[in-house]
Amino acid sequence: MDKTVNQKAWFLVLPVFLVVAFSAILPLMTVVNYSMQDTFGNNQFFWNGVGWFKELLDPSTDLGERFFASLWRNLFFSAVILAIEVPLGIVVALSMPRQGWSVAACLVILALPLLIPWNVVGTIWQIFGRPDIGLLGYALNNIGINYNYVSNEFDAWATVIVMDVWHWTSLVALLCYAGLKSIPEAYYQAAQIDGASRWAVFTAIQLPKMNRVLLIAVLLRFMDSFMIYTEPFVVTGGGPGNSTTFISIELVKIALGQFDLGKAAALSLVYNLIIIIVCWIFYTVMTNAGAERRPDKGVA
Amino acid sequence: MARIDLVDLAHSYSGNAAAAESFALKPVTMTWRQGGAYALLGPSGCGKTTLLNLISGIVTPSRGKILFDGVDITPLSTQKRNIAQVFQFPVIYDTMTVGQNLAFPLKNRGVPRAEIDRRVAEIAQLLDLTPFLARKALRLTADAKQKISLGRGLVRSDVAAILFDEPLTVIDPELKWQLRSKLKALHRALDLTMIYVTHDQTEALTFADTVVVMHDGRVVQSGTPAELFDKPAHTFVGYFIGSPGMNIVPAEVSGREARIDGHTIALNRSYDRLPPGAKIEIGVRPEFVDVAPPAPGLLAADIERIDDLGRVRFARVRIGDARFSAKVPPGFSAPGNAAGLVFDPSHVHVYADSLLVEGTA
Repeated sequence: MDKTVNQKAWFLVLPVFLVVAFSAILPLMTVVNYSMQDTFGNNQFFWNGVGWFKELLDPSTDLGERFFASLWRNLFFSAVILAIEVPLGIVVALSMPRQGWSVAACLVILALPLLIPWNVVGTIWQIFGRPDIGLLGYALNNIGINYNYVSNEFDAWATVIVMDVWHWTSLVALLCYAGLKSIPEAYYQAAQIDGASRWAVFTAIQLPKMNRVLLIAVLLRFMDSFMIYTEPFVVTGGGPGNSTTFISIELVKIALGQFDLGKAAALSLVYNLIIIIVCWIFYTVMTNAGAERRPDKGVA
Repeated sequence: MARIDLVDLAHSYSGNAAAAESFALKPVTMTWRQGGAYALLGPSGCGKTTLLNLISGIVTPSRGKILFDGVDITPLSTQKRNIAQVFQFPVIYDTMTVGQNLAFPLKNRGVPRAEIDRRVAEIAQLLDLTPFLARKALRLTADAKQKISLGRGLVRSDVAAILFDEPLTVIDPELKWQLRSKLKALHRALDLTMIYVTHDQTEALTFADTVVVMHDGRVVQSGTPAELFDKPAHTFVGYFIGSPGMNIVPAEVSGREARIDGHTIALNRSYDRLPPGAKIEIGVRPEFVDVAPPAPGLLAADIERIDDLGRVRFARVRIGDARFSAKVPPGFSAPGNAAGLVFDPSHVHVYADSLLVEGTA
């Protein structure tokens, strides 16, 4: 086969290469550059090697302490919202109608929270929870529950978690609903004939058939909640104290509040690395699960 | 195990008020004996799956009753009917092993552990699934999965009938034969009533003792494969069964004679009282018409082509505007396209408005 050698083809790739370089590679390299240096005013840079990283990963330093505290907060937050949103999303998907006009109505209602911008969600809940003018805060205080997300840690956490559940359970529910809809009717008929109870139908058919979409749902929700910034920032500003300061909020404080660009750069690289590693683990688990599903030929 | 009676059973998916002609299943009354192997045969959309789903209870009939051993089970749910069903696509429980799949119906019914183990071992033996009992069912091939679906029906000792809804659709051709003979063997060994839905006449004719041919929501004939072949009760049965199908041509029939294209064919019986105004046709299977060199006294035809099917050869011929298939006897050679047709009078049937007319001797 004769292939025409035409080096000019590279020019077709050039625009993409330039865009990616300017939008992703150069900024990332800048961050790497910052993470290795200490900066003072007047653009004076001093080489610091891996100093910032050492400090970041050592909990006995101020930076390390703040990093680990916010990391645990973030992990705890992700665990709690996954533990609520996944089962709740499944229940919502299971109780949705299967046909008729009500399907469209349910889908629209479920999609609504997903369409609201993050900081609008934050503002809604910020006002909703205020004891003086917010419907929720006012009502709770009036029935004798002393609720104040500004001063009480537990109330602040509860508000942030409920807000996230309100905002994102729909996503899990919609994914599960899609998974449920793809199960052929024959499975339900066979289960009926086999005398399966409602619970057995759930564990033997629906849950196994949903496990792919559930993995995607868990992945998306973990990533999003691990990177959460806007909503808690708008509602609690990371307070009271540091009790709802997640990694991203801490990062902004260090980078823009204290203008410690070196520390912030080191933190953002580690943050990025954690997310990439978790993504990779999920990807591997999902593709392995996919490989198991293919029947091996020549058996039986 | 049960005898199944269908009493005036009919179903419409748009409710009982729908026009009778639009019913997916038009009223049918018939009895299926215990231990019989039945096939529901017909093209897509003829109502055979509807009938099957009515029996299994997945669909509730608009009209009529279903009796198992004389007991009306029409209002009962699928679970309470004691039937098993094998679907078009294998249904297996992904997370379970083959053994757990087979045990599932018994576990759901609270059968003691020891009894479950005994039945599962027995059925696995019967279906040659013993080596795979501990394997994940998900990873087996389509035919093994289909055997598991069948096994889940067989493990229940109380099962009244096993229903098959085109179970060989996704099976490779060479395995179809194996699985079909397995079904046949199981039927003989277990004395179960089996009802098999298919649109494939070979499957139906080889599997069943009694073939129920359906067309447009109606049962047009129910009989042994030989009866369907020799004496189709409806022109539809004539051309649906057999390959090539029956020749059906408009004719004028009076007494012991039929006239096609100005030519007279002798009939074995006398047809004096044909319904007036009905569309009269004669039907004859290609196997009972021979082509011969043209001769006076024979119906003249033009040969269009000759299909060699290996054992036999069939000629496609034209008589005026009508197309006809006829057997080519060994040693036949046509001088041109012209030929004559020789009819076997005992196998020429007369149809009035598509229904078989019994002549008088």
